Amino acid sequence: MQATNILILLLSLGAVAFYLGRSRSLAIAAPLGGIRKLHSLPSYYGMHTALWCGLPSLVLLGLWLMFDQPVINSVVISSLAADITPIDTASYNLLLNKIDNLAQGILPRKGQSDSLIAAADHMVSLKQISRWSLTALSLALSTTGLFWAWRKIGSEFRARPAVEKVIQNLLLACACLAIFTTLGIVLSVLFESIQFFRSVPIYDFVFGLDWSPQTAIREDQVGSSGSFGAVPLFVGTLLVSAVAMFIAVPIGLMSAIYLAEYASKNVRSVAKPALEVLAGIPTVVYGFFAALTVAPFLRDLGASVGLSISSESALAAGGVMGIMIIPFISSLADDVITAVPQSMRDGSLAMGATRSETVRRVVIPAALPGIVGGIMLAVSRAIGETMIVVMAAGMAAKLTANPLESVTTVTVQIVTLLTGDQEFDSPKTLAAFALGLMLFIVTLLLNIFALHIVKKYREQYE
Amino acid sequence: MSPANTDKPSMLKKAAAAKGMPMQNLEVDDHQVTVGQSFSDNAKMTMRNINVFYGDNQAIHDVSIDIAKNQVIAMIGPSGCGKSTFLRTLNRMNDTVEGCRVEGDIRMDGENLYAPKLDVVELRARVGMVFQKPNPFPKSIYDNVAYGAKIHGLADTRVDLDEIVENSLRKASLWKEVKERLHQPGTGLSGGQQQRLCIARAIAVSPEVILMDEPCSALDPIATARIEELIKELSENFTIAIVTHSMQQAARVSHRTAYFHLGKLIEVNPTEQVFTMPQHRLTEAYITGRFG
Repeated sequence: MQATNILILLLSLGAVAFYLGRSRSLAIAAPLGGIRKLHSLPSYYGMHTALWCGLPSLVLLGLWLMFDQPVINSVVISSLAADITPIDTASYNLLLNKIDNLAQGILPRKGQSDSLIAAADHMVSLKQISRWSLTALSLALSTTGLFWAWRKIGSEFRARPAVEKVIQNLLLACACLAIFTTLGIVLSVLFESIQFFRSVPIYDFVFGLDWSPQTAIREDQVGSSGSFGAVPLFVGTLLVSAVAMFIAVPIGLMSAIYLAEYASKNVRSVAKPALEVLAGIPTVVYGFFAALTVAPFLRDLGASVGLSISSESALAAGGVMGIMIIPFISSLADDVITAVPQSMRDGSLAMGATRSETVRRVVIPAALPGIVGGIMLAVSRAIGETMIVVMAAGMAAKLTANPLESVTTVTVQIVTLLTGDQEFDSPKTLAAFALGLMLFIVTLLLNIFALHIVKKYREQYE
Repeated sequence: MSPANTDKPSMLKKAAAAKGMPMQNLEVDDHQVTVGQSFSDNAKMTMRNINVFYGDNQAIHDVSIDIAKNQVIAMIGPSGCGKSTFLRTLNRMNDTVEGCRVEGDIRMDGENLYAPKLDVVELRARVGMVFQKPNPFPKSIYDNVAYGAKIHGLADTRVDLDEIVENSLRKASLWKEVKERLHQPGTGLSGGQQQRLCIARAIAVSPEVILMDEPCSALDPIATARIEELIKELSENFTIAIVTHSMQQAARVSHRTAYFHLGKLIEVNPTEQVFTMPQHRLTEAYITGRFG
């Protein structure tokens, strides 16, 4: 039976179990004088039975699906004749693919060697066995669970805490899943980076001032030794982010102050959603807006006053990125400013402070931890932003602090390193992982820093 | 009177009937005139024919009263009777409430507080306010008290400012408790200390009138006793209007008492008289605990 069918079957079995458990508890309760004589409500008995029926076999199903393919593969390969046993991972994968295609009938059997066809048949039979045993096992498990839980039902049985416990553990499992996924991603990036640092010294990468990741594809190619100094990339990233924050922080903060403190209800109900529409624009749209409209405009503007502005300037990319981040900052700041109790404002106004004095001296200091936290989150976002800089910031890794020049960023380089044809284990490709790792560390540090600031002020004020 | 407003008295009547009390007319009639001595020869603030509206809802109906200089006047009455609203018209804090409209004539020392040219900032420096819940700013104790002085430029030097802070804290009888930790956050004080800090903050700008909106309702009896003591001391130098839910408090601290009922001013008399021989049947019903 197919896995989806098994799943549907298990779910319906669970529903039946719920019904059975519930009606058994009702049947037990009737002679005792109603459900008040039971320890838990009838639905808890039903739920308990359903959980015992469904959960173990669902876990089995998940584990089985995760492991049956690799197990079958290794059994098939190990039973192959010696003459076609693969020697390295690449040919191993190729061979497996071929056998799998033969087994599924995608590849015609005509003209294939006998040993291959035998392997394919072997695989088909193994798959069959696996599926049938899965069906039988999970059905057996769920009926056993159902029966066991059904038997346990009695007026003294504490179904409610038992169900509560299972639900708590389910929630814990979901939380763990998220954590382990993150951990997995970090570890995979870390291992690839370690591989990269085998060919390029870590010192050269972190402190190198020259970035030109062209490595030789053929041995005899000239002029492409490759150098992986990440400093220009990080300087470029910081430059673009700084321009973005320079635009986004004041505008976002001030619009938040206006919306939270000055705007009437009507203005607020129109202006706030309108501002948030900005957040809904896809970054790709911002990207070509930056590349096709803003950058040429800035270049022409510069030319008219005698300034030479590159047509792919950090200013254009950062400026548009800043506009993108405005709603982010303004809505976060608006939330924390509105959360400042009205009694603070009343207190200040009653002292004869004007509205702007109240905002400056009381509301903003009270909301500061939240505002700083929001800004730090926005910085992390600016650093990680990709699409706008890919389209508008340029490719040349120049070490400069001049926003009128073209710079490149970490994210842009990761994109260029990983697009197009290349070997997967060349330093050029692996460099992308190292860059990703460094970017991750930088954002992580920023977030920790933000949390620290927020905590510090909170201790002081609350 | 709109039909919506007649609902409440009839409910009160029902409640009284339900408790098995003698049926008594607790409604305010339309031609209600305030009884007692609303006016004073030594008035600091005069209010004539005040009406306050929140949107279409009228919260205060035709109230006229004087607040005498260097006296404490207490406003009592059941919840929702408009006494806090009335208090907030005196320093125009109702301006910050959307849809609030004030009609009538309010003067302090003869100056019209609702004149278009009047500077609200200056008015609020002259009429200070203490709120129901202590609301110290998230700043140090020192900065809390120095706040008003800084805004209004009352101190030229740091020494002046130190002096203002110390004097205000002394007047609020808080100095001894906090002089060692002036630069710690004001929010770290106890509830009663916070409220005295707010009083110190209000008197730091030397206002002429102090409005107090149920200043003790969030405090325990000991802290309440200290604040009441403080109010008595302050009345030597300041004019004070206090809204309170506690009749005992009104009796202890005030010189005159005003009784509000459903947005109308029912009776104003010297405090002693209000609590011993109230002139109006509604006042009597309230102070004897018949409703409220």
